[in-house]
Amino acid sequence: MDPILIILGVLVLLALIFVWIYNGLVTLRNRVKNAWAQIDVQLKRRYNLIPNLVETVKGYAKHEKTVFEEVTKARSAAINASGVENQAQAENMLSGALKSLFAVVENYPDLKASQNFMMLQEELAGTENKIAYARQFYNDSVMGYNIRIQKIPYNIIAGMFGFGKEELFEVDIAAERKAPKVEF
Amino acid sequence: MVRVNIYDQISQNKRMSYTLFLIFFFISFALASIISEYFGGGYLGTVAILLFALIWMLFSYYRGDRAILAINHAKEVRKVDYPHLFNSVEGLSIAAGIPKPKIYVIDDPAPNAFATGRDPKHASIAVTTGLLQEMKRLELEGVLAHEISHIKNYDIRYMLLVMVMIGLIGILSSMLVRMFFYGRGGRRSRSGGYLILLGIIFAIIAPIIAQLVRLAISRKREYMADASAALLTRYPQGLADALKKIARSEIPMTSANQDSAPVYIANPFRSKKDFFSNLFSTHPPIMSRIKALEAM
Repeated sequence: MDPILIILGVLVLLALIFVWIYNGLVTLRNRVKNAWAQIDVQLKRRYNLIPNLVETVKGYAKHEKTVFEEVTKARSAAINASGVENQAQAENMLSGALKSLFAVVENYPDLKASQNFMMLQEELAGTENKIAYARQFYNDSVMGYNIRIQKIPYNIIAGMFGFGKEELFEVDIAAERKAPKVEF
Repeated sequence: MVRVNIYDQISQNKRMSYTLFLIFFFISFALASIISEYFGGGYLGTVAILLFALIWMLFSYYRGDRAILAINHAKEVRKVDYPHLFNSVEGLSIAAGIPKPKIYVIDDPAPNAFATGRDPKHASIAVTTGLLQEMKRLELEGVLAHEISHIKNYDIRYMLLVMVMIGLIGILSSMLVRMFFYGRGGRRSRSGGYLILLGIIFAIIAPIIAQLVRLAISRKREYMADASAALLTRYPQGLADALKKIARSEIPMTSANQDSAPVYIANPFRSKKDFFSNLFSTHPPIMSRIKALEAM
């Protein structure tokens, strides 16, 4: 057989393997980006729920001004926070403020029993859970991606085309799950 | 590592689905040619029967999930009526990285649940009202995580295909059996005696083979879904507690349909505890599942 043909065949095969590996890496990297965006979606939902919650509680408990201010302040701090670490800190502040809001609600049985409040509470608890799950999914995706780019032969192509390691979202998950998750 | 196993499970499920399709295709082919031979239809008859089988299978593959939901009396529900159920399913779908499945409720006091569909984009979860009443938040999440895992792992596609094909083989074998026992004498005398014997044996064996193929794999699949559920909720105790409650529950499930029993998280007809129902059970004993979960 013509040696040129063999060389050509090998080259085509190598090119195909390259395309396959490269596309695989692109898919995984986009999955990580998408997972990160998912967290933002849920965080925004939580920010949007808070004003409603504050308004509802205000209807029953007008005199608890300090708690409302605290929650509102923590919310805008969380919205404006930049950088992963600041964000995490602001989120913890917000969770703390919400906890004290729910503690106040305990003193108002009418409020606790109101349909509107119960819906909001369920929505908020659900969203808290979704944030935790979105972070978990982000970390799972990052782990899959990071493992892939360190393996042979992926590491060669990853190194050549700048597929860097992604950062894990490191919050103590146990503490995060504890957020104002109210047992009924 | 569990993660790796789950990805293995997904590709294995896809592979097994094709293998299964081939096995069942050959069984149907054999049944079809015997039927055709009996009527003197030759190749054309076989092709016609197989064509009918293919259309029937395609139709069931794309519409089978709705049929399963319908025969189990599951009704699609809205978020306003079941906010907590919706939030839990949405959260777990995010954790699993799949689109939110459609949510159905079965009005039945026995706690149980199942998932069906052909892929994560076309999937449904059904829970009984008994499950919603009896389970606490973390227990319900455990059960839902188990069902989400069935969806993510493509168990639902596999189960759907198995049910479709077992149904098909059932139809063909009962056609054969009926032909041999009530068939017209003239035709029977024309075909050789060996064919009748072969046909009868095959008509009896085929459904049993089909059942055994289903059993061999579906028990392992339940353990796998339990493990994936624990990975999703990061809290295996939730599902373990839920299974304990389900095991303790004495209420029989009245809405469930016998042929779709294997899709449920726990066998809805578990009251019959004789040797045969254990041999042909699609679910591993619930106690060993609880033990496995509590060891995680």
